[in-house]
Amino acid sequence: MGFEQILFWLLALGVIVTSALVVLPPGGKNPLYGALLLIVSFFFMSGLYVLLFAHTMAVLQILVYAGAIMVLFTFVIMLLNLSKKELGDETRTIAKGVGVVAVVALAVKTALVIETQTLNIPAKPLPAGFGGVDAIADTLFHNYLVPFELTGVLLLVAVIGAVVLAKRTL
Amino acid sequence: MDPNYAPYVSVLACSIFVLGLGAVILILNYMLGPRRPTREKGIPYESGDEPHSKPRQRFSVKFYMTAILFLVFDLEVVFIYPWASKYSDWLKDDAFAGIAFGGMMVFVAVLTLGLVYEWKRGAMEWE
Repeated sequence: MGFEQILFWLLALGVIVTSALVVLPPGGKNPLYGALLLIVSFFFMSGLYVLLFAHTMAVLQILVYAGAIMVLFTFVIMLLNLSKKELGDETRTIAKGVGVVAVVALAVKTALVIETQTLNIPAKPLPAGFGGVDAIADTLFHNYLVPFELTGVLLLVAVIGAVVLAKRTL
Repeated sequence: MDPNYAPYVSVLACSIFVLGLGAVILILNYMLGPRRPTREKGIPYESGDEPHSKPRQRFSVKFYMTAILFLVFDLEVVFIYPWASKYSDWLKDDAFAGIAFGGMMVFVAVLTLGLVYEWKRGAMEWE
């Protein structure tokens, strides 16, 4: 196994374990621990982006997700500030059981597909500057200018939505 | 090893150093520091005063609004950054210079509409 593969498995294991701990104890018991574990998971995810040479994405994953979006999550947790009593006792419902079965079935199916499928994608050399900000700027402005402008509209909707929710009127 | 990983060697070295230093400080503190807890030492610090309310209070929704507005303009900068990095190259190409400038101006104008809206609605006032 090459150096890259060892790194990939380590990072992938990190993502899975920390993500699972977000909903299982200790994260499942205290939402703030869950939020902190999600940050760790984002760092592992950023490592996976580095392995794909998506350098800008790796930096943005930490800046935007682990930085800004996690602040929002923490704010929501502190806004609600549910006590143990309000959260209620852990219950075993049928829906949760069905969820576990579905996840296991999906995992088995994925493993089977990966086992039987032999992918024949020819290796191509990467273009110069792949994954850097310049390459992203070129793709964004040459090929995806309209989606980019629509992203601006989406952000505008987010601004108006936040103000309307907080002020309760348009 | 792929040359694309070269810049990350220093990132890795720095991460190991930072995590290691943090761990060493915590372990030394645990091993060497005396622990004689009293009730006064255990209460939350409020500039030396006795705390006059419980720390577990509900936070105002205004904090959330400020955070989400920050996030929107944070993402705006994320898009401006690659554009700014490439803009001087695009200016050399006469056919594309207009699109490069106009495209970003439209994007910023749309988000400025949002800024004007929240300003007019008084979303930036704390009350």
